[in-house]
Amino acid sequence: MSAMLLTASTSTGEAVAFWVLAPIALVAGLMIVLSRKAVHSALWMALTMIVLAVFYIMLGGVFLGVVQVVVYTGAVMMLFLFVLMLVGVDASDSFVETLRAQRAITVLLALGFGGLVIAGIGRVTFPDAVGVGAANAAAGGHVQALAELIFTRYVFPFEVISVLLITAAVGAMVLTHRERLVPRKTQRELSQDRIRGGHPTPRTTPGVYARHNAVDTPALLPDGSPAAVSVPEQLSRRGSSRAQASGESDAAIEAGDS
Amino acid sequence: MNPINYVYLAALLFTIGAAGVLVRRNAIVVFMCVELMLNASNLAFVSFARINGNLDGQVVAFFVMVVAAAEVVVGLAIIVTIFRTRRSASVDDPNLLKL
Repeated sequence: MSAMLLTASTSTGEAVAFWVLAPIALVAGLMIVLSRKAVHSALWMALTMIVLAVFYIMLGGVFLGVVQVVVYTGAVMMLFLFVLMLVGVDASDSFVETLRAQRAITVLLALGFGGLVIAGIGRVTFPDAVGVGAANAAAGGHVQALAELIFTRYVFPFEVISVLLITAAVGAMVLTHRERLVPRKTQRELSQDRIRGGHPTPRTTPGVYARHNAVDTPALLPDGSPAAVSVPEQLSRRGSSRAQASGESDAAIEAGDS
Repeated sequence: MNPINYVYLAALLFTIGAAGVLVRRNAIVVFMCVELMLNASNLAFVSFARINGNLDGQVVAFFVMVVAAAEVVVGLAIIVTIFRTRRSASVDDPNLLKL
């Protein structure tokens, strides 16, 4: 491994890996943009991240490759998926253009930009690749070499970045914090509400005798009519209850499922 | 194979990300495209580190990764806050600041 990284040119194995993985990365990148559903975009994104981690390792950045997998596919993508679940997974993007010819102009701009950058790279003469093997060997190992750089030459950016991370964490907490507008009910008030509210027993669970046992499907009463009270209040307030969504009768719910 | 191919790939990925930021309406997907652009620049940094034979590029890529993580945290918090008030994650809808 270290001998390979020392050499200037790449081995055949690396060339094969590159030409196999580069199209995968490109297709996955395109699919992030082209997928209609945000969840699919997120999964394609995870694939791109893993392929990029392999590239980092091929380029001699073993530590960076591992960090890429841990931070990106582990933490960042999971954060994305959490927020997607919070916002609603089934929400797919509307493909109606609000700006006229936006997509055509974007494609044109992208082609122009990509052409410019690639032509620019093509015109530059790069020196023969050195490989990071010598730099690693000078410090006695790859991680040691990185640590030496981070804690000597880049120690100030390192500290600044730690401040940035703390600020981001505090900022996220401030942004997502919700003030309580009404005081929390005590256990006594809760039990009083329950006894005086006319329904002292636990409410029917959703989905009893219905076709589904999902929380948005109301339970069926003995006469076959759906019990709207069995669906959680939040869902019916949001309009996600199946009883509201597809009429009152079981037949309508059935038709809504198929 | 010349290691410069990695830089070409990085340029292509960056272009795809930029196009996605311009064309997509869902704020979360826009964020993913920004992440793709940051990752493409990271790939370029790491390949330059190899071409030049020093590890500075890898250290900078490491810093970019941390900044990207911080950006995702704050960005997603903003998206969640907007979603709570406007019930939408589309970047077309938050137009309250418009005259």
